Amino acid sequence: MLQDKDRIFTNLYGMYSPELDAARKRGAWHLTKEMLDLGPDWLCDQIKASGLRGRGGAGFPTGLKWTFMPKEVRDRPHYLVVNADESEPGTCKDREIMRHDPHLLIEGCMVASRAMRAHKCYVYIRGEYIAERHALEKAVKEAYEARLIGQNNLNGWDFDLYVHHGAGAYICGEETALLESLEGKKGQPRLKPPFPANAGLYGCPTTVNNVESIAVVPTILRRGAQWFAGFGRPNNSGTKLFCISGHVNKPCNVEEEMSVTFRELIETHCGGIRGGWDNLKAVIPGGSSVPMVPAEQIMDAYMDFDTLRDLKSGLGTAAVIVMDKQTDLIKAIARLAYFYKHESCGQCTPCREGTGWMWRVMERMVRGEATHDEIDTLLDVTKQVEGHTICALGDAAAWPIQGLIRHFRHEIEERINRYRAPRAFVQGATVAAE
Amino acid sequence: MTDKFKVNIDGQELEVPKAYTLMQACEEAGAEIPRFCYHERLSVAGNCRMCLVEWEGAPKPIASCAQIVGDLRPNRDGSPPVIRTKGAYVEKARNGVMEFLLINHPLDCPICDQGGECDLQDQAVAYGRATSRYDENKRAVEDKYMGPLVKTIMTRCIQCTRCVRFVAEVAGVEEIGMISRGETAEITTYLEKSLTSELSGNVIDLCPVGALTSKPYAFNARPWELRETSSVDVMDAMGAAIRLDAKGDAVMRILPETNEEINEEWLSDKSRFVWDGLARQRLDRPYVRKDGKLLPVTWPEALEATKEALSAGPDQIGVVAGDLIEVEQAKAALDFFRGLGVKNTDCRPAGAQYGADGVRERYILNPTLMGVEETGALLLVGTNPRVEAAVWNARIRKAWLWGDLKVAVIGEAVDLTYPYEHFGTSPDALNSEAAAAFLKGARKPMIVVGEAAACRPDGAAILAAAQKLAQYSGAIAEGWAGFGMLHTAAGRVGALDAGFVPADGGKATGDILGGSLKTVVLLGADEVDLSALGAAKVVYVGSHGDAGASRADIVLPSAAYSEMSATYVNTEGRVQMSTRAVQPKGEAREGWAIFRALSALFGTPLPYDTADELRGVLRGRAGENTVFSGRGYAPGAKGVSALMSGPAAPAGGPGREPFKRAVSDFYLTNPIARASRTMAECSALATSLDTAVAAE
Amino acid sequence: MALRRFDIEAGGHSFAFKPETEEKIAFWRGKYPADKQRSAVIPLLWLAQKDNGGWLSEPAMRVVADMLEMPYIRVYEVATFYTMFRLQPVGKFHIQLCGTTPCQLRGAESLKEVCTREIGKAMYVTDDQRLSWEEVECLGACTNAPMAQINDDYFEDLTAESLGQIISRLRNGADVTPGPQVDRVNSAPEGGTSVLSDPKLFDGSRNSLSALPNLPKPPGPATPEATGQPAADAPTNTKREEPSSKDIKS
Repeated sequence: MLQDKDRIFTNLYGMYSPELDAARKRGAWHLTKEMLDLGPDWLCDQIKASGLRGRGGAGFPTGLKWTFMPKEVRDRPHYLVVNADESEPGTCKDREIMRHDPHLLIEGCMVASRAMRAHKCYVYIRGEYIAERHALEKAVKEAYEARLIGQNNLNGWDFDLYVHHGAGAYICGEETALLESLEGKKGQPRLKPPFPANAGLYGCPTTVNNVESIAVVPTILRRGAQWFAGFGRPNNSGTKLFCISGHVNKPCNVEEEMSVTFRELIETHCGGIRGGWDNLKAVIPGGSSVPMVPAEQIMDAYMDFDTLRDLKSGLGTAAVIVMDKQTDLIKAIARLAYFYKHESCGQCTPCREGTGWMWRVMERMVRGEATHDEIDTLLDVTKQVEGHTICALGDAAAWPIQGLIRHFRHEIEERINRYRAPRAFVQGATVAAE
Repeated sequence: MTDKFKVNIDGQELEVPKAYTLMQACEEAGAEIPRFCYHERLSVAGNCRMCLVEWEGAPKPIASCAQIVGDLRPNRDGSPPVIRTKGAYVEKARNGVMEFLLINHPLDCPICDQGGECDLQDQAVAYGRATSRYDENKRAVEDKYMGPLVKTIMTRCIQCTRCVRFVAEVAGVEEIGMISRGETAEITTYLEKSLTSELSGNVIDLCPVGALTSKPYAFNARPWELRETSSVDVMDAMGAAIRLDAKGDAVMRILPETNEEINEEWLSDKSRFVWDGLARQRLDRPYVRKDGKLLPVTWPEALEATKEALSAGPDQIGVVAGDLIEVEQAKAALDFFRGLGVKNTDCRPAGAQYGADGVRERYILNPTLMGVEETGALLLVGTNPRVEAAVWNARIRKAWLWGDLKVAVIGEAVDLTYPYEHFGTSPDALNSEAAAAFLKGARKPMIVVGEAAACRPDGAAILAAAQKLAQYSGAIAEGWAGFGMLHTAAGRVGALDAGFVPADGGKATGDILGGSLKTVVLLGADEVDLSALGAAKVVYVGSHGDAGASRADIVLPSAAYSEMSATYVNTEGRVQMSTRAVQPKGEAREGWAIFRALSALFGTPLPYDTADELRGVLRGRAGENTVFSGRGYAPGAKGVSALMSGPAAPAGGPGREPFKRAVSDFYLTNPIARASRTMAECSALATSLDTAVAAE
Repeated sequence: MALRRFDIEAGGHSFAFKPETEEKIAFWRGKYPADKQRSAVIPLLWLAQKDNGGWLSEPAMRVVADMLEMPYIRVYEVATFYTMFRLQPVGKFHIQLCGTTPCQLRGAESLKEVCTREIGKAMYVTDDQRLSWEEVECLGACTNAPMAQINDDYFEDLTAESLGQIISRLRNGADVTPGPQVDRVNSAPEGGTSVLSDPKLFDGSRNSLSALPNLPKPPGPATPEATGQPAADAPTNTKREEPSSKDIKS
């Protein structure tokens, strides 16, 4: 188990005040000016050395991403945009940072902005997080009043931070859709290239980072890149916020080290699987977009990027959705199919048309009202969506269904068989016998 | 750094500019790339996903319309990136997209007006499955009202957003959008309000399926029944390239054709939808007024009556040519009347202060329509191109939107769909320092004076001041003639080129119509004020029963623009030929032939028996007349030497009287448009919108 | 998602922001560059929805469009794209019940039944105008599933019983307490947690660090802090073994 002294998010559960004084006592805003003074190259190098990989789902190395920004500011200002549009089903970690440890985020924004030579940062928070937005706004105000940020601040790097909010669209978690939304448009992903580092917000060089990726930065710099890199297996370093939901005895958010095993994670923090480990059926280990992993494969697997990738799934946002043997898996995935249909932006053909198709077939399969051939057709449709869309929502809609068919095809078949079995067996037989 | 890039497409290595899209490169390599959302003249949306190609080594297929060639990376070994537009991988991707497009597309091709010319239909043949795997219900989408021109059947929509992009980018009015999201996304105008753009009909051409079709044309014909004729539009002075589609003796629809130098591939709503006016209010036989009533007569009777009317003596005869006159008629009429000794001939509006000095460069648009894409600063004087030359206005907008064009206006401050500096509403602003500063130093500055600006008492002073400003600001320089007039009438420049102005000592339009003459001949002149004609005997030669015909004592029916092959010269001075699409209505004859017949009756036959012979006379001997020597002629910058010296500036200079509109109702500028029900509907709608705004 | 259309009739002909909202509008507009004011469209629509009794009417949308000088169709697109903009009237308390898989797994479907029984079908407004409900997609509180958002507040760890009580209290005008409806603090495990108990985390001990580790190499004479050494307290676990392929059951 990760020891308390190595925890970054010390107020994860909001047991203490989120305000500036208390945050400072927990270590926030300590030596910030010194970090900023060291300049972009040092900052990027340290974050690269820490092995920090993006916490928003894709796991792209954060330090490397920062270096994609132009090396000098020309006619267009640089922007940091923080993705706080936490909408991936299963995921609720950034919420805790914003409402309970907002100063870690604000400090991280400032340091990251320095690393990218940006003076302005927008935090795009999902519209539903109203309390979280107010908490963050309050902390920003405190930071301005304490002259930690703003023009001519004590830290010596002019920096403005603005909180922006959305209004209910999962797709705005995709970085270019988020930028479109921030520009006051529909959240429809952009074609890439150009990538945001070249033409992002308002056509200016922009980097979009997840809340957690940014919030851990100051602590990494204070504790040293090696400290952070010391957790987890190589290439999967650091500590990580896990969100465990579903059929565990005590669902919770918790910060753990990367590469903790699934069993340790659940046993230590969640009071075990509902009905015991024998009752575990499958786990979606990284938010709704990653394929499920059956119980026997996940139980002792390391919870990190590479292990889960090898299991044909992914760590994603580390949102662990646990499903026990009482779960109707087909129904659970059908509900996700509905989610993706609901959240498709409608821009490009395969996703707009494919998500609705997949959902409708899934709904029939929940009842068993399908044929065996249709399982293959459905799989084929998911393949026709996957990789053919502008953004990754198409892939995300396809993968859960692929995961279901890969591991639990027999359940779908059984349900079809049951549905197609003579109805008389259920009702007519007794009538006839009378 | 070279700006070329090597790619290997389907095994063929070629070098293309880095700025090319992969789609362009593939086409250059001879590969055909299917597409729906991509359009050369619109921004790239990349949403239909039909144009997917394989890039060897890439994890997924890429949309070739959105991929800039220069952004591709060579292979590790330095060899050019390998692109495949064929093969199982690409086929599978495209078949998949096609299947998705079709699952919610209705199978109503037999009753769809797009049938036979539908991109989706065509590509489904190439990429579609033989049977459907989609067992669910198809989506139905409510149809949207978009006004009298565009009919919608939204269930057919494939959300390519071409229409959205067109109205926002080209037309410059953000009126169409895609609302909602996902599979319920719908294309609509705001709360189903009518489109107000004068270019709205182009969305019909752009729509790759039958979602947006022509309302007036609905269910009138199938494309394979139509006879297509390439011709020239006469609804404004641009001379857009059009295609007249006819069935039997009726024009069923008008479509734009591509002419990069004039209309690109757009067409204004007036030019596109005026065709029902060609069949209505027609003068299909000669009439002579007896006892106050116009009675049908035979041609010989009508010509006889005309001969009698023309016996008044040359000084008592005046001839006014109207806006739509073709060069052949102007030439034949002029030859005929000059033969009679008539000096009172004019083709210009009353009060016109231009065109009589014989210097062609002073009345044409020397910098050409395309010139706005070269200039850095455009000054519009007393003109509203949005209604006077709607398609050109879109080109100005394009140069502003995608280029660095700056626009300034002297005249009424109207919405031109792009921002401009406004130097005042009256012509004296031509002498302002602001105007000079705006042009001076800019790249190839350009001054355009509206025709209406030259038809007022200080018109000559305005033209002189504008030309002087052009000379001063560098708009007239070696290789660039940045000064010109924007006309509103298709026939004007051609008639001027034919010399249809008062002879020495002759009267101009205002005086001819002033009531002092015994006989007045109107050649389709319906836009002039006929109220002061007094007792004059009026001979009207024209195609439509409009103002002129109702005042006339003798009506000689002539062919409309769709019914003859004739010469028109556009505002740039470009000579173009129209082509006959249908036969002249009833007993109507081509204009020139009427004067040929009259001349025979007078015993002095004109020296040409056919239109070709007439055009031979126009061309003259080799080297004699450069204007009509060949088609397509427009002098452009060649005219610069004629502009180096300006006309003598009249005393007084440009006045303070504000400019007035040249066109009060875009939809009703000529007799054909006024005969059109569609145009009447558009006009009523536009007027009601204007009033609503005024009332607020 | 269903078709989204303005309820034109209920929207009336006009809308005006409340006077006290002006300050908030200025606050939001101040966040964006002067030539990028369009960025404020979502926040302003949201404020308009607040001032309009929880739903966005067509006149309210136009007021925002005029304010930001945006074409109506562009604002219309935004208003219909984002599902938090409700285009038809809702009750004084509008319940957004999360129905996505993590909540579904923990009983969201029984909560739907409660709402249907107590209020009616989705988006129906009760006769006293107090209540309405709809099913929404993941609200991002999955460790506290199942949950619902009522107006601005999250109500978490619901059961059919506790939701029923909340609804009846709202109907009767009684106070309700947001947050988890069971014995837990926010997203900590039910019944308390063993982590984050070290008092040193909260007393300022972490600020004892006097210089950053890993300073660039030649900043003068080497000091212990600047020698590139990691923090004195070593990481918890640097010896985790590389898993071999046999560790991962397949």
